Amino acid sequence: MDYSNLRRQAASMKKSLFDQGYLDEQFCQVEDLQDEASPNFVEEVVTLFFKDSGRLMSNIEQALEKYPRDFNRWDTYMQQLKGSCSSIGASRMKNECMSFRDSCGQGNVEGCMRSFQKVKREHAVLRQKLESYFQLLRQAGPAGAATRPVM
Amino acid sequence: MDATAFPYGLRVLVVDDDPTWLKILEKMLRKCSYEVTTCGLARVALDILRERKNKFDIVISDVNMPDMDGFKLLEHIGLEMDLPVIMMSIDGETSRVMKGVQHGACDYLLKPVRMKELRNIWQHVYRKKMHEVKEIEGNDSCDDLQILRNSFEGLDEKSLFMRSDSDTMRKRKDVDKDHADQESSDGNTVKKARVVWSVDLHQKFVNAVNQIGFDKVGPKKILDLMNVPGLTRENVASHLQKYRLYLSRLQKQNEERILGAARQDFSHKGTSENLNLRSSFQEQPSNIANGYPHASQNIQTQANMLDSQLEDTKSTVPLPVPDKKRTLASDAADSQNVTSASSLGGVLSFKSMPVNQDRKPSETMILECQAWTGGIPSKQFMQYPKHNHKRCDLLGDYSCLPKPDLEHPVGPSNLYAPPPLISMSCGMEGDARDFSDVKPAIMDCIKSLSPALTCTVDSVSVQLSDSVVTSIDGDLKSSGVDGLPSIKDCCLDQTNSQGSLRPSQEPSIIGSTELASLPEDLPSYPLHGVSLENIGLSSIDLLNYSDAMILSGLQSNWYDDLEFSSEMMDYPSIDECLFASS
Repeated sequence: MDYSNLRRQAASMKKSLFDQGYLDEQFCQVEDLQDEASPNFVEEVVTLFFKDSGRLMSNIEQALEKYPRDFNRWDTYMQQLKGSCSSIGASRMKNECMSFRDSCGQGNVEGCMRSFQKVKREHAVLRQKLESYFQLLRQAGPAGAATRPVM
Repeated sequence: MDATAFPYGLRVLVVDDDPTWLKILEKMLRKCSYEVTTCGLARVALDILRERKNKFDIVISDVNMPDMDGFKLLEHIGLEMDLPVIMMSIDGETSRVMKGVQHGACDYLLKPVRMKELRNIWQHVYRKKMHEVKEIEGNDSCDDLQILRNSFEGLDEKSLFMRSDSDTMRKRKDVDKDHADQESSDGNTVKKARVVWSVDLHQKFVNAVNQIGFDKVGPKKILDLMNVPGLTRENVASHLQKYRLYLSRLQKQNEERILGAARQDFSHKGTSENLNLRSSFQEQPSNIANGYPHASQNIQTQANMLDSQLEDTKSTVPLPVPDKKRTLASDAADSQNVTSASSLGGVLSFKSMPVNQDRKPSETMILECQAWTGGIPSKQFMQYPKHNHKRCDLLGDYSCLPKPDLEHPVGPSNLYAPPPLISMSCGMEGDARDFSDVKPAIMDCIKSLSPALTCTVDSVSVQLSDSVVTSIDGDLKSSGVDGLPSIKDCCLDQTNSQGSLRPSQEPSIIGSTELASLPEDLPSYPLHGVSLENIGLSSIDLLNYSDAMILSGLQSNWYDDLEFSSEMMDYPSIDECLFASS
């Protein structure tokens, strides 16, 4: 297997994620934490993120439905999600979270709904892209021999 | 923690409800060679800290957590464990950051947190140790100092630190002071060993404070009284600061609560006034104390004399209480006494007393107490408890009680009888005595007489605030209420009934509200009821005095002209003591 080629592909994919704004500096910070003691650290963290953020998003979805116009509640939930996004550097998703909070601040229900849809979309896109990335990494070399994360 | 390789092995507790962040932070801290414990819930974090005392050096916590507000956690940790706490949040708004500092955070980090920021957290631990070092130096404890210094040997910049950039340290200390009633303010931050203030330990602490007298309390005295092996003066000092802060907060809450409750419950005209007095007293504990001496001086057999007495209260009585407010207190007392006297209305013989409407409530309380000393019947007594115990409760310090009259032993509300006795003896002397002298004597008398008296006081304090009750409750037990579990229990029960004035209530609850109710309807309570066993009851009884002075039985020669009922409490020993002191 041409590991170097795979590794190159992985690197290139990562670069494009950064260029397109899906990820930011924080992702690099997380990668720097990976070491011999925790060789799959990044993937573990990302997996954890998607699992927890999925939970947070369903909270928001329920709140949007169950507590109409409860902007404070919506904002609080979204604040949690935003904080979570910042952990792995999910930049675009975080931006959508912020615009949702802006809409909350304005009391703009429609704006909130729209923003939330965008948050969901960004979440799904990022997940798919990172899955591919990790898959590539795993294939790229012995270091990437981690078990496939359940995302 | 490896003392020779500081800050390596720094024991950190990380609290964050976000599992992703928790994992990342844990890894980052491990990379700094710190020893990390993670926790996803604030309450669990508190349990961990309480359980594993002295096992952590620093806590890092997120601000927004679902189960408990991060700031609240911060306060708890600061109060109970006195560990440095760093707050984290994705929200960097200045107001939030300021709130963090106000609540005692050593630092406030913005997420995403960087490695270099985490590498530096040891500074906060070090800074605290530096305070200790300074404290130790102040105590000429070279050995301790050396030990501390040795613990920093691993630092490359050790020499730098030892030089201790005074400006930086000062600034840091100022910051700390701002937010947490900084220990360093009086150089008492020294805490070599991390002490976890368990409920028991805190109770001992509060007991000691109450015993000493809140306004005379000092770390050394408390330490001695507590008699806890391994506890250092510095531990106590820093805890004392926090306690004061905590109490003043509770006091405010209490005031509001009592005032609200009192107003509702008081049907008697004087009630609300009394309540107001109480709260105002709290605010001016020193005033109260000052007022008392006056009162004692004015012990007069004639109720009518009160007027003049009240006026006399203006004279400065050499109360051993904080001097600053003395003048104020005395003045206020005059006005207040008049007011309260009038409010008491039919109950006390003060009726004839001219009421200076413009007296401050707190003052009134004092005056009322004074009235007692002057031989004023129950009314005065009732007055005492109100303001006294409110204040006393909160601070566990009964110094707010009229020194000559009630002193601490009497406790704010419970022992109405004793106070008058005490004050009378003082007052009868007719001189401005140094009540501090009297106080101990009285205290002894009281203590020997009836542990209940002490108890009463305690229960009173319990009354004040539910939250305070917890700590004060401990005081009740230890501050001489030995053998009076019933009272304590009563107090606890009563705690929740602060707002309701129920004269006929269990005595243990001599909350301010109860006091307030005293004037209203004072059944003729024999003071004997105040016998130690039922101090609580007796106090209440006192509160419910009818015009018949309960005190009459106390000491007929003291209250010759007072309308005491002949059923006085059995304070033979008290009498002796009191007289002895005079």
